Amino acid sequence: MTEQAPLRLREDEACMEPAVTLEAFAGQTNAVAVRIEPGEDTRELLPHLDRLRRIDIAFPAFTDGRGYSAARILREAGFAGELRAVGDVLVDQIAYMRRCGFDAFDPDAPLDPKDVEAALNRFPQVYQSAADASTPIWSLRHQ
Amino acid sequence: MYAYDQYDQAMVDARVAEFRDQCERRLAGKLTEDQFKPLRLMNGLYLQLHAYMLRVAIPYGTLNGGQMRVLADIAEKYDRGYGHFTTRQNIQYNWIKLEDAGDILADLAKVEMHAIQTSGNCIRNISSDHFAGAAADEVADPRPYAELLRQWSSFHPEFSYLPRKFKICVIASENDRAAMRLHDIGIRIVERDGELGAQFYVGGGMGRTPMIAPLIRDFVPLDQLVTYSEACLRVYNRYGRRDNKYKARIKILVHELGAEEYTRQVEEEFAHLLDQGVEPPLAELERIKGFFPDPAFDAADAEPDRSDPDFAVWLDHNTHAHKMPGHVSAIVSLKPVGGIPGDATDAQMRVLADLAEKYSFDELRIMHTQNVVLPHVSKADLYALWQALNEAGMGTPNADLMGDIIACPGLDYCSLANARSIPIAQRISERFAAKGKEAALGELKLKISGCINACGHHHAGHIGILGVDRKGTENYQLLLGGSEAEDTSLAKITGPGFDEHGIVDAVETAADVYLRERTEGERFLDTYRRIGMAPFKEALYD
Repeated sequence: MTEQAPLRLREDEACMEPAVTLEAFAGQTNAVAVRIEPGEDTRELLPHLDRLRRIDIAFPAFTDGRGYSAARILREAGFAGELRAVGDVLVDQIAYMRRCGFDAFDPDAPLDPKDVEAALNRFPQVYQSAADASTPIWSLRHQ
Repeated sequence: MYAYDQYDQAMVDARVAEFRDQCERRLAGKLTEDQFKPLRLMNGLYLQLHAYMLRVAIPYGTLNGGQMRVLADIAEKYDRGYGHFTTRQNIQYNWIKLEDAGDILADLAKVEMHAIQTSGNCIRNISSDHFAGAAADEVADPRPYAELLRQWSSFHPEFSYLPRKFKICVIASENDRAAMRLHDIGIRIVERDGELGAQFYVGGGMGRTPMIAPLIRDFVPLDQLVTYSEACLRVYNRYGRRDNKYKARIKILVHELGAEEYTRQVEEEFAHLLDQGVEPPLAELERIKGFFPDPAFDAADAEPDRSDPDFAVWLDHNTHAHKMPGHVSAIVSLKPVGGIPGDATDAQMRVLADLAEKYSFDELRIMHTQNVVLPHVSKADLYALWQALNEAGMGTPNADLMGDIIACPGLDYCSLANARSIPIAQRISERFAAKGKEAALGELKLKISGCINACGHHHAGHIGILGVDRKGTENYQLLLGGSEAEDTSLAKITGPGFDEHGIVDAVETAADVYLRERTEGERFLDTYRRIGMAPFKEALYD
């Protein structure tokens, strides 16, 4: 585990509250940060999004892609707070995470900022719409 | 054929640069092998028994002469002078060096080709009917829909770390020449009341638990194709099993939930996604369709001269009806007697490129049966074409006959295999050729896998062979009654397995039962379905 501060791609002040589990959140009305594990249903949070400042989505293994769907579902529901990818978060997955709506990363092992920069700017365009602001190629073609 | 615009080209070029960077970080120790593995797999690079294998995508099996020449150049420059066409209409090279992979991808990118998502737990290359745009029985050319989905699925941010690999197939005919219902998603373009739409079959597959995909939606409007696919994938990504690699394919999820419950969840997700703006406009589909016009056929309809008897045999077996009078689709066999199914040398690939340019409007198709199609050949050119193919060792008149065997690479190459497949295919092909029985047997689809992962489609063979390891020696089980066509069925095991010589005899015994029992016009499969397993078992084991 590293003590490095999470990498944030947002301008607002970080919410430093510890994240509670989804189960704890259900019985706790004052929590502002919650942590979602891969097997949990993110949609349980949808009625409560307005009081959440940060949602941590756990990646126990980078090969487990459930967190990508969880993130996109939260953004589709209008969640505007911080979405943080936590755990086995590696530089080669970071661009896809960004596209699914993550805007903060708290990796187990520190990331090389140069590699992060390169990874986020590698592809000039995108082929599909997701949870980010990128305009898909199909839209560029028919503007 | 589809042609890249500046966007497509920039994406493929960026991918080459990304992969070069990943290789460098691997070599510098910044990436562990475990971290690097899914990345190289998503660029088509497997580690096999003896070397790296590179699988190159041939989207929906369509390519032109120039592209085929580059495939030949890669075989010559980076491999041992040959390539291997696969059951998912791709090509793979078996003797690749990791340090060459970036250069190969760069060579491919120059002719609008790539190896993106040809492996890994992501959406793989989209397959289709090898007679697409040529067959008389289609409601539309399925390839524009496949291309639309190719772009949607390329670098998909949500669906690149799925529970397991994901294969999509698109056809547009009642006749299934692409094993559509044995895919994770099988899409059939259909016409209802003058409107085109898509049937979605979800949860088919082979492997160790073969399943035929159930129909989950009979009509998805064309302007919701991407959205519906997205809903199917999202439910799978969220709920597909990740605890056991062998239960991780979508077929297991659909089976465990039941098709009805899976469908309910997809429909719910679909209703939600309809408001999310993920669907390209119909204008994009129209743009893509513009790349698939009919070639400028000339209308002459002269029947070829059948006076050369060898040519007549080839005509009868290796040509397929075309929608345009005066034309056929010609099947180029990559199954010479005793050969390795699906292998082509660099020289043969160059011949195919020349012949495509000369006789087939510069188009080639790869078949899931590991052969090649020249889709649009004028009947007047057939004799010259056949002579040229013969000269290059590609004129074997055996399409859909016993010698037209599908075989996986098996223990000769593959680190997963339990038994060799290729030598079994070679011995069977030689046996039946020597006895001259092949023509008498007619359509008989033989498929061989060297392990239960079923890359050789043994579940879908009229006759299937499955290689297993039995106390350290190779043993071969015999299966009967499978079909990958519109009458999809799964083959059943006859009984105890055979050794590598015994399996060749067993196939001949099964063929003899058919010859004895068949009635007029019956194929092997029809006879098996009528008389059942018992007579075959009796001949094999009593």
